[in-house]
Amino acid sequence: MPAWVRSGLLLLVALPLVACTGSQSALDPQALQSEQIRHTFIIFLGVSGIVWSCVIVVLGVGLLRRTRIGQAPLELRLPFEARAGRVILGLGATTTLIVLVLSFVSYAGQRSLFAKDPDALTLKIIGHQWWWEVRYKADSPHNSFTTANEIRIPVGKPVKVELESADVIHSFWVPSLTGKMDLITGQTNEIQFTARNPGIYRGQCAEFCGLQHAHMAFAAIALRPDEFERWREHENQSAVNPTAPLAKQGEELFRGRGCALCHTIRGTLAGGQLGPDLTHIGSRTTIAAGTLPRTPAALGAWIADPQHIKPGNLMPRMPLQSGELIAIIQYLEQLK
Amino acid sequence: MSMAAEQRDVRDDALHGLQLAARLESIWRTPPGLTGALMSVDHKVIGRRYIVTAFTFLVLGGLLAILMRIQLSGAENRLLSPDLYNQVFTMHGSTMMFLFAVPVMEAFAVYLVPLMVGTRNIAFPRLNAFSYWMFLFGGCFLWISFLFNVGPDVGWFAYTPLSSLQFNPSKRADVWAQMITFTEVAALAVAVEIIVTVFKQRAPGMTLDRIPLFVWSMLVTAFLVMFAMPSIMVASTTLILDRLVSTRFYDPSSGGNVLLWQHLFWFFGHPEVYIIFIPATGMVSMILATFARRPVIGYPVIVLSLIATGFLSFGLWVHHMFVTGLPHLAAGLFTASSMLIAVPSGLQIFCWIATLWDGRPVYRTPLLFVLGFIVIFVIGGLSGVMVASVPIDTQVHDTYFVVAHFHYVLIGGAVFPLVGAVYYWFPKICGRMLSERLGRWNFWLAFFGFNIAFFPMHILGLMGMPRRVYTYTLEMGWERLNLLSSVGAVMFALSFAVLLANAIYSLRKGTPANDNPWDASTLEWATASPPPPQNFDRIPIVTHREPLWADGDTLPVVAGLSAERREVLLTSLAEAEPQIREASPEPSIWPLLTAIATTIFFIGSIFTPWAVLWGTPPMAITLIGWFWPTGSKEDEE
Repeated sequence: MPAWVRSGLLLLVALPLVACTGSQSALDPQALQSEQIRHTFIIFLGVSGIVWSCVIVVLGVGLLRRTRIGQAPLELRLPFEARAGRVILGLGATTTLIVLVLSFVSYAGQRSLFAKDPDALTLKIIGHQWWWEVRYKADSPHNSFTTANEIRIPVGKPVKVELESADVIHSFWVPSLTGKMDLITGQTNEIQFTARNPGIYRGQCAEFCGLQHAHMAFAAIALRPDEFERWREHENQSAVNPTAPLAKQGEELFRGRGCALCHTIRGTLAGGQLGPDLTHIGSRTTIAAGTLPRTPAALGAWIADPQHIKPGNLMPRMPLQSGELIAIIQYLEQLK
Repeated sequence: MSMAAEQRDVRDDALHGLQLAARLESIWRTPPGLTGALMSVDHKVIGRRYIVTAFTFLVLGGLLAILMRIQLSGAENRLLSPDLYNQVFTMHGSTMMFLFAVPVMEAFAVYLVPLMVGTRNIAFPRLNAFSYWMFLFGGCFLWISFLFNVGPDVGWFAYTPLSSLQFNPSKRADVWAQMITFTEVAALAVAVEIIVTVFKQRAPGMTLDRIPLFVWSMLVTAFLVMFAMPSIMVASTTLILDRLVSTRFYDPSSGGNVLLWQHLFWFFGHPEVYIIFIPATGMVSMILATFARRPVIGYPVIVLSLIATGFLSFGLWVHHMFVTGLPHLAAGLFTASSMLIAVPSGLQIFCWIATLWDGRPVYRTPLLFVLGFIVIFVIGGLSGVMVASVPIDTQVHDTYFVVAHFHYVLIGGAVFPLVGAVYYWFPKICGRMLSERLGRWNFWLAFFGFNIAFFPMHILGLMGMPRRVYTYTLEMGWERLNLLSSVGAVMFALSFAVLLANAIYSLRKGTPANDNPWDASTLEWATASPPPPQNFDRIPIVTHREPLWADGDTLPVVAGLSAERREVLLTSLAEAEPQIREASPEPSIWPLLTAIATTIFFIGSIFTPWAVLWGTPPMAITLIGWFWPTGSKEDEE
């Protein structure tokens, strides 16, 4: 066996091992839809593997045969030529049959993938360069709220996401849950999925959207239905008023130093629309669209110099003394 | 015609071998000196320039690939800034597609097709010169812009609205769009020349079913170019209009549509893949016949497959848009049409394997590259069937899985045959053999390097790694496979260094090649290596699909062509029966001047719409110069 075949096989064997560890993997399905896609993929992979092996075996046998020794190039055996022609056409017909069957397999998978449930929980995601605005819709405006860069969904219930863009084209993709769908300027797309297991799944923008395309991720957190309802009720409320003196100072700085011009914190005077809603930033898992974990240290690093971590994003570097920085971190951290 | 004129018109049948050769050479040769070089209309001179220029762009694009692979070899690498990285991947894609892959195939056609069909020059030789200059200027324009930090950064596909003025206020997107215009003009010109050369200038007796398979493949490709390129020219022109004079083709707030761009781009973009791949299949068929020591089995099947591929390639552009929210039934139909193109490609592969099955393979470097092609391309074709499936595509679209897929198709399907073709035709073009020892190094480095570089990308894509990201974090678990891929990329790059070293060494020290060093069967091997300016002293008559195997040293020839002026023989379309003798243009400086005027016009018009106004008169003047009657014999008659 040549070395490259061995290394190829080794990679194929290693494939499921390496791929299942990440939280952002098409091979680690955690929803009906991603399972369905993996199922289709495995059928295609199997057929492809068989076809490729057959081609290589026939090619190898053909090369090892010893024929035509001493024959001139144009001395052809007519019966062989005729038989070869028939075999080639037969193989062509087989190929046609295989692709037609695969087309139907694909279409069946597609139909169940895009099946719609009218009772799905609806949320709307608006893509921005380079973050995700998330709106939870409900029957009444009192139950609707906006958050950013994180979606929470109930396990076992269909979720419908309406996708729009505020600027360029982005693509919504949580491989563990389902395939991707583009967020296209001037049109609304839809995608549905039903998570199977609770967990945190990472999603990432998949359509090139400019300078910081690489840093446009988000977390999709699947919760048990009762946990989800509790979270939703909490998220719908306005921000808590800070009690600790440092956090109070942080709130004033947030207003006074221009943060509030771009960010909204519901229940306060901060009502900017350019950046993500920070009402409950203290309970999110990441900041800067999945770029950093939401820890006090990361928050500090981000606020101190956003242009170092994510060059080109809209957030400017604000001149802050270290005491002021700590106060703002304190304030944001307690926005649970 | 007067008596005196008739006497002056010496025909080739009045002269003996050496006398005729010397006379034709003095008529057909490129004038000496720099001015002469700039005036050349010899398809071999222009073809050689085209090939060398395209390979230069390959080296440049390859260096960018290495930069990207270094950047991605480790998590959170900061070698390239995001801004530079975006320019680098855009330049890599644009260079490889527009300045290397398409031009290099056309370059080989410009050199080889006239020789293979047995004529003295390509049809419209001055247009050919113009085409080369446009290609050269367009490529330089792109790369000089890049060096001045105005390189495009919107991807080789330049999706709106990212490429609109609002999100890309510098000139970067304009540079990209106008580079397209340059290369499309060049490509369309060559397509016209190829079609006319194949239809009207074939040697007598070269009926449709005796046309060499590479020539068939280039004929199909030329038609693809003619139908696909106008779509991208409309796209790039409307983009420039949007950016320059505020038309609103792609602005949804004024009734424009951003998806329109994707339709126009991919209606060109998908046939583009076949514009690159089909010529490569032609090369494979030629190399295979020579080294399997027998004609390719299934000539009609291969020709019909080429034509079928050409037609089908226009019916599958939507598979690039499966995640844009299309109606599901439509998407499903495009799945079927995309998979169906596997049938003609499969038929060709079956024919080649059958040829090898019955043949007596001679394992020289060109054949090694063809075998490598089959192994790699079949993987790429099968992963292509996977991405044609809508459900699978929703996962792998815009991930490294697709990056792996199309490199398997484009490098495996086109570059491997191309390198094989370099080894195969180098002796014809340069008169010396390439070193076989270095050739083997070249092949095995390329084969292992390529697979190590690109196979892991399939897995990375499934592990969730999107394309066009300048970095990733360690927690994603993508680092080891990326590092492996980068090591493979360096190996693959080394294989091209070996090729370059081999070419430089062999040009000086290689074994001199005779007319037909591989004992091949087609007409380009019936003349000297390298061929004289007139290609053939006497135009051959073709009596068999494999003329040199059938007739050997006693190839019948045509008599009666002028030995006083440039003349080619025109034949009928289907049966290649001689029709008339036609004058072929003399060298001229005007194609270069026209190209310069056009370049000024094109570059000016990304800055001001007025360039359209003041840029036109110089073009008109140069075109008048180009077509000014020179008082040649034909004009007097």
